[in-house]
Amino acid sequence: MTGMFGSIAAIGAGLSVLGAGLGIGRIGGSAVEGIARNPEAAGKIQTAMIIAAALIEGVALFGVVVGLLGAKA
Amino acid sequence: MQQAGRLTSLLQYILFALSFLVFQPVARASEEGNFNVGEMIMHHIKDAHEWHVAGPEHGGISVYLPVIIYDNGLKVFSSKHFYHGLEVEVPGKDGAKYTYMEGVGPAKGYALYHEEIYKLEQIGNYHGQPVSVLEFHGEHPHNASPLDLSITKNVASLLMGSFLILIIMLSVARFYRKNGAVAPKGAAKFLEPLIVMVRDDIAKANIDHHKYHKYVPYLLTIFFFIWINNMLGLIPIIPAGANLTGNITITLFLAFCTLLVTVFSGNKNYWGHIFWMPGIPVPMKIFMIPIELIGILTKPFALMIRLFANITAGHIIVLALISIIFINKNVAWAGLSVPMALFISVLEILVAFLQGFLFAMLSALFIGAAVEEAHH
Amino acid sequence: MDLILPDFGLLVWTGLVFSLLLFLLAKFAWKPILSAVNAREQKIAEALELAEKTKAEMQALKAENDQILKTARAERDGILKEAKEAANGMVEEAKTKAKEEAAKIVEAARQNISSEKAAAMADLKNHVAALSLEIAEKVIRQELSADDKQKALADKLATEIKMN
Repeated sequence: MTGMFGSIAAIGAGLSVLGAGLGIGRIGGSAVEGIARNPEAAGKIQTAMIIAAALIEGVALFGVVVGLLGAKA
Repeated sequence: MQQAGRLTSLLQYILFALSFLVFQPVARASEEGNFNVGEMIMHHIKDAHEWHVAGPEHGGISVYLPVIIYDNGLKVFSSKHFYHGLEVEVPGKDGAKYTYMEGVGPAKGYALYHEEIYKLEQIGNYHGQPVSVLEFHGEHPHNASPLDLSITKNVASLLMGSFLILIIMLSVARFYRKNGAVAPKGAAKFLEPLIVMVRDDIAKANIDHHKYHKYVPYLLTIFFFIWINNMLGLIPIIPAGANLTGNITITLFLAFCTLLVTVFSGNKNYWGHIFWMPGIPVPMKIFMIPIELIGILTKPFALMIRLFANITAGHIIVLALISIIFINKNVAWAGLSVPMALFISVLEILVAFLQGFLFAMLSALFIGAAVEEAHH
Repeated sequence: MDLILPDFGLLVWTGLVFSLLLFLLAKFAWKPILSAVNAREQKIAEALELAEKTKAEMQALKAENDQILKTARAERDGILKEAKEAANGMVEEAKTKAKEEAAKIVEAARQNISSEKAAAMADLKNHVAALSLEIAEKVIRQELSADDKQKALADKLATEIKMN
């Protein structure tokens, strides 16, 4: 039974990682595009990119933590 | 260049050798055929009353840390009295069997189960001797716990890490005090750009220009505390390697500090936006109050989860990659798992810095929002 | 599960250690470090400002120097020009004087020559006249030796005179 929960939790964690991966990928792509268009603003774009990526990552980590809860370690 | 290459290969060799040293207990267990990756990893990333160095999990080389409990008076003794105590197996209510360590000597009357100390309960007499056990209702013992203020692995790591930060920063401060406003040298040369980065890119960039000075010491402390402890957590052998910044208690406390600073720096404008959001109709204003109040808490909550999950995940990934060898019971898998673990470890060096930077950055962002003056 | 539950003992220790660390670092590390860094930044800013000021001063000084140099050059040019003019004038004067002198000398020589010539001519005339007289005396003497001859001669002379 616990093993069953563990696998479902793993699927949930995987899904949240999938979402975060897509989101951070988009941020990274847009940031690189932005830097390519305006190389002088590279520093500011990088900072904004890191903050945005961290916010998305935070949401994904909630999913991972819920997965850990379900895994009943 | 060549020297650096030789140094790198030496380091690789040491890491390789260490991985066998550290995972020896796992290898033993796998010989018995009941190796559990999840259990091994959880054991590593959780707090403990001993600091395991090498050898099998029970009876290997360990540093036994002091146990401090408050239970009708302060009791201090070595955790050896638990780890070298009696191994007791009891049946639980659900029929499963639970194994815990019963303390001996000064630890008599207490038991250690999953690194948690419980008071034993007398359930009867056997041949005139009192019999005390832990009673399990479900997964956790039913027994009461004494107030546990032990120097656990994480507390020891916390003390050493803080001491290290203090020594480094005081030596840097001494350099400036001795030499005045000159070009930095040595540790100061390395750390000054980071200090200036925290001051300019984190504090000044996010907090009002006239008010940021007050928050720079807090942000500097947060940044260096997280960064240095993250780095110490990546070193796989004593006296480093504890999963300190990946411990929810630590991140909870740090996030709580940021919450306190934010709440106590909040000005009229900040609270006005929370309790009476300007620019929207009155029913919406009332509706927004609970949302904004929850928002105050979710921001530091996200800080807490982020740091905890990032660092813990890093430790889990490295351990899981190394475990590939022991799952397959073949040393040839080291050719795959060691380079991968090394790659993740190098990535974790970046993450260690990034998480410290982010925690300080987002803290500064929240503080900046709290002290911002109305501009409309 | 207990992985994500805070532990009270660790929380107490963390609170204690972190607060102490924050206090000690703020008082004994961040304060001197930040003040030193700020002081140095100020020093650098001041030095830069000073350099800028010095640069401006140098520029002003240079401009002044240039001005002085320019006037000096102009003055020198003036003097040179004047001197050249004076020299030219002197040469010109000398030339005219020399020409005049030469002209005078030539004139004098010419007068001399003409007077000498006149004298020579007068002398020559006198001499020719004397010779003519002598020749005439001899001829007349011969001619006047006969009457017809005398008469012919007188005619001849008369025609000659008439012709003249």
